[in-house]
Amino acid sequence: MAHLIIFLPLLGFIFSLFLGKKFSFKATQILTTSFLFISALLSWILFFSFLGERETEIIHIFNWFTSGNFIVDWSIRLDSLTTTMFIVVCSVSACVHLYSIGYMSEDPAKERFMGYLSLFTFFMLMLVSSNNLLQMFFGWEGVGLASYLLIGFWYHKPTANNAAIKAFLVNRVGDFGYAIGIAGIFYIFGSIEFDIIFNNAENFKDHSIEFIGMTFSTIDLLCFLLFIGAMGKSAQLGLHTWLPDAMEGPTPVSALIHAATMVTAGVFLVARMSPLFEYAVYTNLFITFIGASTAIFAASIALTQNDIKRVIAYSTCSQLGYMFFAAGVGAYNASIFHLMTHGFFKALLFLSAGSVIHAMHHEQDMRKMGGLFKKIPFTATMMWIGSLAIIGFPYFSGYYSKESILENTYFSSSSMASFAYTIGILTALLTAFYSWRLLFMTFHGKTRSDAKTFDHAHESPLVMTLPLCFLALGSIFAGIFFAEFYIGKLQYSFWGDAVILHKDGHHYLPFIQTLIIKSSVALGVMLAALIYFYKIHLSKILAHNLDPLYSISLNKWYVDELYNSFFIKPYFAIANIFWKKGDEKIIDGYGPNGISKVISITSGYLSRFQSGYLYHYAFTMLGGLVIILTWFIYF
Amino acid sequence: MTDIPLLSLTIFLPLLGAVVILLIKEDKSSVDNIRKVALCTSIGVFLLSLLIWLQFDNSKAEYQFQEKIRWFSDFNFYYHIGIDGISLFMVILSTFLTPLCILASWESIKIRVKEYMLAFLFLETVMIGMFASVDILLFYIFFEAILIPMYLIIGIWGGDRRIYASFKFFLYTLLGSVLMLIAIVVIYKLTNSMSIADLQGNYFSTNIQMYLWLAFFASFAVKIPMWPFHTWLPDAHVEAPTSGSVILAGVLLKMGGYGFIRFSLGMLPEASEFFAPLIMTLSIIAVVYTSLVAIAQTDIKKLIAYSSVAHMGLVTIGIFIVNSQGLEGAMIQMISHGVVSGALFLCVGVIYDRMHTREIKFYGGLVNRMPIYSTVFMIFMLGSVGLPGTSGFIGEFLIIVGSFKYSSIVVIGAASGIILSAVYMLYLYKRIIFGVINNEKLKDILDLNLREKIILIPLAIAVLLIGIFPNIFIEPMRLSLDLIISNYELVNGK
Repeated sequence: MAHLIIFLPLLGFIFSLFLGKKFSFKATQILTTSFLFISALLSWILFFSFLGERETEIIHIFNWFTSGNFIVDWSIRLDSLTTTMFIVVCSVSACVHLYSIGYMSEDPAKERFMGYLSLFTFFMLMLVSSNNLLQMFFGWEGVGLASYLLIGFWYHKPTANNAAIKAFLVNRVGDFGYAIGIAGIFYIFGSIEFDIIFNNAENFKDHSIEFIGMTFSTIDLLCFLLFIGAMGKSAQLGLHTWLPDAMEGPTPVSALIHAATMVTAGVFLVARMSPLFEYAVYTNLFITFIGASTAIFAASIALTQNDIKRVIAYSTCSQLGYMFFAAGVGAYNASIFHLMTHGFFKALLFLSAGSVIHAMHHEQDMRKMGGLFKKIPFTATMMWIGSLAIIGFPYFSGYYSKESILENTYFSSSSMASFAYTIGILTALLTAFYSWRLLFMTFHGKTRSDAKTFDHAHESPLVMTLPLCFLALGSIFAGIFFAEFYIGKLQYSFWGDAVILHKDGHHYLPFIQTLIIKSSVALGVMLAALIYFYKIHLSKILAHNLDPLYSISLNKWYVDELYNSFFIKPYFAIANIFWKKGDEKIIDGYGPNGISKVISITSGYLSRFQSGYLYHYAFTMLGGLVIILTWFIYF
Repeated sequence: MTDIPLLSLTIFLPLLGAVVILLIKEDKSSVDNIRKVALCTSIGVFLLSLLIWLQFDNSKAEYQFQEKIRWFSDFNFYYHIGIDGISLFMVILSTFLTPLCILASWESIKIRVKEYMLAFLFLETVMIGMFASVDILLFYIFFEAILIPMYLIIGIWGGDRRIYASFKFFLYTLLGSVLMLIAIVVIYKLTNSMSIADLQGNYFSTNIQMYLWLAFFASFAVKIPMWPFHTWLPDAHVEAPTSGSVILAGVLLKMGGYGFIRFSLGMLPEASEFFAPLIMTLSIIAVVYTSLVAIAQTDIKKLIAYSSVAHMGLVTIGIFIVNSQGLEGAMIQMISHGVVSGALFLCVGVIYDRMHTREIKFYGGLVNRMPIYSTVFMIFMLGSVGLPGTSGFIGEFLIIVGSFKYSSIVVIGAASGIILSAVYMLYLYKRIIFGVINNEKLKDILDLNLREKIILIPLAIAVLLIGIFPNIFIEPMRLSLDLIISNYELVNGK
């Protein structure tokens, strides 16, 4: 069954690549979509079988390669962590496949698009089902490739091409850390299989290692290196710049890859390696710090963006921050639970945004929207559901997971916990604000679009609305149904050995704290309503009066500009210096060209001796004779 | 074992084909026959080499398919050939690339076709002969003989600045060759033996080893090439015809790596241990420096040439960390680089044949007109970048894993290739393939024809095959490499 789940998408990709052109594009669409629905169905069945107490199961496929004692197998590891990822990936991917049939209906390269989506799904499933670090790396880089291909799908757009390269390269910076981390783990543990690493982790608790001339705690260093990889993939502060640009890709791609699945791979990595991260005290502090900082940083940018997709993109970045600081304080189960609920509601938000964009003939600027509720009520309702889930409105899925993260952080003994907790609440306020800002600007008030576009705005076809319904179900009910298993009473039997759980019982937040959280969320919504619904001119006045702050937020804290002048420009400058000065001037100049010059100059001098005049030769002979005679006489 | 001298047959079959071609009188009607004879011969050689692989015994570390005939009555020089795990894939790489090269020059070589094919078949003989030599003198003869057809191919069928390129090539290799010849004479004087197999071990005093090592280093470092002896390579590549570049990158650079494993590690372990830090330093500089230089290039071939230097930097790191992961990684990286960079040069040849320029600026938006070309180019680009699932990844990653034991600086240097290689390759791909066609001349460019598909698709399959089933390639070489490692560790007391 697990084989089918993983390899059906690959089959779909191969079909679309080789046979897609032979048949009508419909054949590819139907085939890849139905494969994904089968995968999704099977993964739910598998998931339910893991709701009870089921042992971790490892299915060996075949040996990838062996070099000395470096043994890498293709295998499938099934436990509740894998099956959770299976349902998120397959469900969202199936919805996105179906949705794309409608969304991409006017695109000439439908087969290619469907094929890439299936390819992505395959790599993602390989990533989450891996039983060793290298197969995971295979999936990890594979999803990076699929993301590169899909961001640059509209290759005629220069912005899309640049965004695609940026995404791949920033991810590779992370992968650089990840790769060294794997090498280090093999060096320390003599294996890259999870079980061997986990069983021996405790033995290296107080072990230290020398690295670039300094001494580090071994596990801290290894986890830090792995976390660099996670930061790249999950767009955490510093390596986050690619994610907003990735919105250049088609919207279904943003929903699948850059919201629900691929970007959560970093969180998954930390959760999967939790038995190791348990012992990485300082790295955990670092993770908490980066997670919390990213959460508020990205939220602060989302406040002022006008592109509907960019708002959601920064919101994704911010929510990933939540997942990381949860993992940093050791609440891996809450982190993964938020990953799952987030997968549903963020995919819902993105696909709804896609539906809005579709209705508005590819307009993404919210300043040119407004009043769309009347025109596309279904999409608007879906967007409301997604937004309610993301701010953690009671009984929606996000409520359980976010509450659980804050709860765990509040009770954590980590020295970063109070920092993270405060930021978590502040970010919840900002989240509520930008979510409702988006809703009001898009769907309510008077329209700001031109009359023609507004009149033509229409609800999307059934292939696009149906996936929204599925995801809405997930966004509403995933919390109520599964909270018990992920974070509640049944968590120990559900998780088993999949992630580390802290057995200190379940606490509830003090009443005053829940009140603070809820009122800050309400405050966010009310502020948004005030500024963007009742007193629309207020936004301009605020922007004017708060100018330095407003500009910083609007320009994304100038990080791109900073990187451009500190990394990219010097990179090209140094490259040119190495080429023109290093290779051509120094190496060639003193090497082959220099030697040939020296030879031609000296031979030029030497050739003067062969002048052809007899008296020159005679004189030279005489001179030679004098020297020889002198030599013999004196020595 | 059969009585047929399979290995000798493989070595000299190309010469037989060359004799047949020599007998054909070149005129307009027979040119095609000349090409066909050359192609059939090289395919036959490839099949023979596959037969060798099929009969190769993975459980033996020593030379197989040995043939030994005394050459001079008064000296211990033998015509002694054999194949072990180290040379097996070098031979197959040579025989695999040669027919593809002949196919690639089917239309692009228009003048002196007969001489061209003769040069190529002669080149194939000496390449196989070199990798199959067990006698050092025989090795040296083949090693130097390769330069003759290579000079001719660059010098006659090359580009405008071919004289400068071959002069540079000559100056560098001359220095190395002379020193290597002296080293070989010294070895014979000291041991009265010329057998690579017998001299594996530690037969020289530490002092002598140092000198011998430096002499061999001069030759191999130029060949592979290591920084700062690399500047002949970009020029040679740019001036060589497509198939010349393929052989240059695919096989000739591997002579350096092969030599390092056989001679430096195998015969001079103490000196290798002593000089390893030097190699590491030069290699890390190569990886970082040439990757940077690559991105500044305006000529596609030069860019790929510089990327070769960076990839070979990884190979030398892998070789001199001397453990299973490092050496097997280096071998796989060499095979992979042979396939990938060969294929990349062929890809450049495809558009060069159509447009007669290699300026990156000239191109852009090719995907609109050439979707199949763009797809195969993508596979090779990913192979060069080292994406998991392609051949480039296995070698690169094994070297990274192996080098963690050696030193943290080396592992960082080796891993920096992960980022740097992606920078120049993706940037190149974007500029050539993506975007819209702005250049009027590109409006009617055609996609791959059947001949070009036949050339590029086997290479694409090879890239994926090595990436997904690397064990097929690692297993035959394992024991031969283990022998070198255990000897090295024994000598250096590890």
